[in-house]
Amino acid sequence: MSINLSALDRPNSYIGRTVPRPNAPRLAEGRGTYVDDITLPRMVHVAFYRSPHAHARIGRIDAEAALAVPGVLRVFTGRDIAAVCSPWVAVLAHLKGLKSAPQHAIAVDRATWAGEPVAAVVAESRAAAEDGLAVLEVEFEPLPVVAEMETALDPETPLIHPELGDNLAFRRVHEAGDPDGAMASAAAVVEATFHTGRHTGVCLEPRSILAAYNRAENQLTVHHSTQAPHMIQTVLAKHLDMPEGNVRVICGDVGGSYGIKVHVYPDEMATAAIAKIMGRPVKFVADRIESFSSDIHARDHRIKGRLGVDAEGRIVALEIDDLTGIGPYSVYPRTSAIEGNQVVNLCGGPYDFANYRARTTVVLQNKTPTCQYRAVGHPIACAVTEGLVDLAAEAIGMDPVEFRRRNLVRDDAYPYTSAANMRFEGLSHHQSLAKLVEMMDYDALRAEQARLREAGIYRGIGIASFIELTNPSPFMYGIGGARISAQDGCTVRLDPDGSVVALSGVTEQGQGTEAMLAQVVAEGVGVPVERVRIITGDTQVTPYGGGTWASRGAGIGGEAALQAGLALRANILEVAGAMLQAAPETLDVIDGEVVEKATGRARMPLGELGRIVYFRGDTLPKGLPREMVATRHYITSDYPFAFTNGIQASLVEVDVETGMVRLLKHWCVEDCGRVINPLLVDEQIRGGIVQGLGGALYEHCVYSEDGQLLTANMADYLVPMAAEMPDMVVAHVETPTKESLLGAKGAGEAGTAGAPAAVMNAINDALRPFRARVTAMPFTPERILAALGRIPERRF
Amino acid sequence: MKGASLAYARANDVSHALELWRRAGPDARLLAGGQSLLAGINLRLNEIPGLIDISRIGELRGVADLGDRLRIGALTRHADLQADPLVAAHAPAFAQAAPLIAHAAIRTRGTIGGSLAYADPAAELPACVLALDAEIVLRAEAGERRVAAENFFLGLFETALRPFEMIVAVEVPKIGPNRRHAVLELARRSGDYAMAGLVLAADVAGGRLHDVRLSYFSMGPAPVLARGAMAALDSDEGVEAACAALGTDLDPVADLQGGPEMKRHLAGVLLHRAVAGLLGHSPVSGGNHGRG
Amino acid sequence: MAEAEFSTLVEVSLRVNGERVSRRVEARRHLIDFLRLDLGLTGSHAGCEHGVCGACTVRVDGEIVRGCLTLAAQLDGADVWTIEGLSDTGEVRDLQQAFVARNALQCGYCTPGMLATCADLLERSPAPSRAEIREHISGNYCRCTGYEAIIDAVETVAAARRAATGQVAIGQATIGETAE
Repeated sequence: MSINLSALDRPNSYIGRTVPRPNAPRLAEGRGTYVDDITLPRMVHVAFYRSPHAHARIGRIDAEAALAVPGVLRVFTGRDIAAVCSPWVAVLAHLKGLKSAPQHAIAVDRATWAGEPVAAVVAESRAAAEDGLAVLEVEFEPLPVVAEMETALDPETPLIHPELGDNLAFRRVHEAGDPDGAMASAAAVVEATFHTGRHTGVCLEPRSILAAYNRAENQLTVHHSTQAPHMIQTVLAKHLDMPEGNVRVICGDVGGSYGIKVHVYPDEMATAAIAKIMGRPVKFVADRIESFSSDIHARDHRIKGRLGVDAEGRIVALEIDDLTGIGPYSVYPRTSAIEGNQVVNLCGGPYDFANYRARTTVVLQNKTPTCQYRAVGHPIACAVTEGLVDLAAEAIGMDPVEFRRRNLVRDDAYPYTSAANMRFEGLSHHQSLAKLVEMMDYDALRAEQARLREAGIYRGIGIASFIELTNPSPFMYGIGGARISAQDGCTVRLDPDGSVVALSGVTEQGQGTEAMLAQVVAEGVGVPVERVRIITGDTQVTPYGGGTWASRGAGIGGEAALQAGLALRANILEVAGAMLQAAPETLDVIDGEVVEKATGRARMPLGELGRIVYFRGDTLPKGLPREMVATRHYITSDYPFAFTNGIQASLVEVDVETGMVRLLKHWCVEDCGRVINPLLVDEQIRGGIVQGLGGALYEHCVYSEDGQLLTANMADYLVPMAAEMPDMVVAHVETPTKESLLGAKGAGEAGTAGAPAAVMNAINDALRPFRARVTAMPFTPERILAALGRIPERRF
Repeated sequence: MKGASLAYARANDVSHALELWRRAGPDARLLAGGQSLLAGINLRLNEIPGLIDISRIGELRGVADLGDRLRIGALTRHADLQADPLVAAHAPAFAQAAPLIAHAAIRTRGTIGGSLAYADPAAELPACVLALDAEIVLRAEAGERRVAAENFFLGLFETALRPFEMIVAVEVPKIGPNRRHAVLELARRSGDYAMAGLVLAADVAGGRLHDVRLSYFSMGPAPVLARGAMAALDSDEGVEAACAALGTDLDPVADLQGGPEMKRHLAGVLLHRAVAGLLGHSPVSGGNHGRG
Repeated sequence: MAEAEFSTLVEVSLRVNGERVSRRVEARRHLIDFLRLDLGLTGSHAGCEHGVCGACTVRVDGEIVRGCLTLAAQLDGADVWTIEGLSDTGEVRDLQQAFVARNALQCGYCTPGMLATCADLLERSPAPSRAEIREHISGNYCRCTGYEAIIDAVETVAAARRAATGQVAIGQATIGETAE
């Protein structure tokens, strides 16, 4: 039951149209309201003393000198905070065997990574709080550090949490078919080891929270830069021992999140706890340096992969062995096992094969905790799969495009269940591939590549097919016991002047949620889009929902908004029918007017209907329902997850003398189901691609052997900047999900999922004449020169 | 990330600045463009009790034609070097180097004097003054002295500046009719500190280089003259011989971008390209980062 | 340091967005904190406070600077313009409209600094190539857009401004040009 666009193709038909974002002009004029822009009376600032050691016992904390600093008000230790804020353990019941240790908002007794909060200084200004930190005395007794994930499980490696028995957080093995038999019979087996490099999100607006506690009402109001206000409300209520209704989380403008701001952070919990203790508003805005060691990291994986193909170039078996280090704790409440689990679920995802063995091993270590970050696990699985696919194509002497044609799941094969047991409702790999090949003029590029090679210019073309998991059902978190809503809701209200207000549980992080919702609601109710006002990000007023993650804003939040809009329209028509002495089914709402459905003749503007309903209700029949507000919730139920798909291509030029890679151009064809706002979708794709390109070429959290982060500033942690990024061509195939009326599946992560693999394959294509290959991200000049044999290899 | 409290004083002229500095003690710092200093202050990297703001001292700003030399005031900004016609005509290496320094909004404040005094081994301008055989004009309350660029850079962030002594200008010989400059660097991204960089100055005549000066940056604790390679090029032994000489000229140290082997390798690649460029075989000068 | 001329608090008088402002500021306070905390001009953002991200880019005496690498104490007599002032005068209205139309901003956090940088480019270079635009904003980090929409928006405004002043458009960069 997907929406029929032609039936809705009328003056206020907005689905599929580029509509400007209502909140963009405000941001372009610098008139947004990010958390740090808010000042409350008697507000104080907290700054955290962070462990300089990767692992250490915390000794005496002497606050005397800090408390003497002008402006400093209080100093809190882990025990002080633990008195009002209970610790948490991030496990999920359905991830069998996942274990972690209780984590406190401020470390008690032991610091387990360099950057973990061990004390808090509260002062009248951030500067004064830092003055206090500078003279706070904390004694440490350094403990042995577990830094290297490869040896984390060795018997001689010390245990981070002795009570857990080992440093293994989680292991999953999945097997389908007969991988050994298939490998044995394969015409060719290729193998490689990939490293994806530890990344972090580097949201330009750092993590920010302003918590205010009203003792008289036992009311906690939290202004928070977050993706999931209701989840945070629930978590704060639980760990500060308050009723959920007494915790209000307000999420105004958010300066980027990408998954970084969907987790529970110890320093943010401590800030709320301090607000409760002090009875004053407390602000914490992470500075950039502490962001690098306290924002979650991600993607620290080593994956060994083997792919077997038959003589016709058909994939017969895939084997992967994934290892990832997640820091000392699984991150609350989503856990840090999901990324490895996703690698198992997603490897080989685009391809039709039956024999699969996958293992992920998730180990603890004394580094910044890792957790879900944009396109969780996807860029890893995609790089491994596509890297092996290109190797296999080369091994049997087949063009990589032809190899994919032979192996991608057929477009008419759906519903299809993958070797990893993922159920796909409908994907369009072949249509996407065909479109990509045409769009990039693949054959001409190959010809140009050959010509330039003669002149000593080494260009490479890399292709990467991908699937993207979106719109999760409770199978992602809820069934494991996490109080994370997979459902979302929307309330749509007609105001007396005929304008519409919609309140949604999904949130705006800059990706255009509010524009998307306005379009959907305008179409659902039948009003001009500029008559719709969207409210998000306030747990006290919006329906309870999951917020923004896993590309669920349009697919889940959008469907709830559409259903609510349609419900309000039905309510309006019922009242209009009574007013106009007509059967409601003969009327419609178009462009803000009640009209005769058959002729389109205008009968009554919504402003007139609103006036009568709200101010002259006496003129309506007694007992007539007059609900000018409707709320609908939506949850997916036919499939545990929706899946989208797509394919990317990268054209690079490698300077084989310097090892430098120039990104010349990038292409992406993706299928996010129904495209609601083409411009916003395209820019999600582009932004996502560049985030992936950053991981491929630049971004890396490099650690010393003793667990010190060596790239803890923006001069050393290299993010993608404008000068090096390519122009990107984006196109779409639309395979709407039949599960919802709207048919949207989500587009937030597709770009990031495929870009690193495409670049890796392009670089290796360029290096092919030298029989050189790189598989460890980021692909730095040093690594490429080492692969070319021009310099010796150096290990990080 | 807020700097520690510190004291500030604005200097009216050079002697006032020096007087303020003496009174504030040796740990006080001169604030010129502040583009490295203020980042360090925000990060609380050093304890700095006081700042003497010299940024408004008019006598330290601007480029003057002294006949056979140019005098570049210490407060001349990177943006000025980029745009100044005297610099472009007579000391083009500075004009070539300036756009490679960080980004537009930093070049409007960063100064040549600040860059030389800070002596970051990855910075372009110290290598420029080295290759261009410039003199650094220093002033203390006792008077003025001049230090040849070759004797100015002593080590990691270490210079010949004495306590309470400041840079007032750089004096650089004007290029002759056959003299060419090339500034080449390899940086991960535009505006980043280079993985490797060089400044090459030479007379070009008869299809070869003469009177070669070659300096490297990002190749060790301080900018360095590659004397062996200079000699090899002077005696027309060829670029390969010059590259071989780099093996002893350079003693690079590893950083996050790469180990010494990579830096040595890139030094050779850059030299090939710079020489080819000066001889007119290929375009020359500029940053090579992965720009698409 | 008790000498009269040194002080941890400094009196400054300057113009911000065309209005006279006099304040006593801590010597350590950088321009962005001064704008945000002392003047309530929260449109300027601090993204890294070590001079790398460009979010704090504002105009001082006609040139763009890093607000986090400039002390308020240095700005006695200066003429400072922030996104609020540039919006109120309408000076960057065309850029803002092009950014909105092209969706060249998402979260908006980098946008004030990005607009200041783009306005600076167009003032100096009426017909920048795409590569020149990319180079000029190469010190302004944007995590959301991937930059291409920003390049497009600036190109559009440059062309519109040229058309308005009767200039003829010149060519654009294409891929495959030699990096330089």
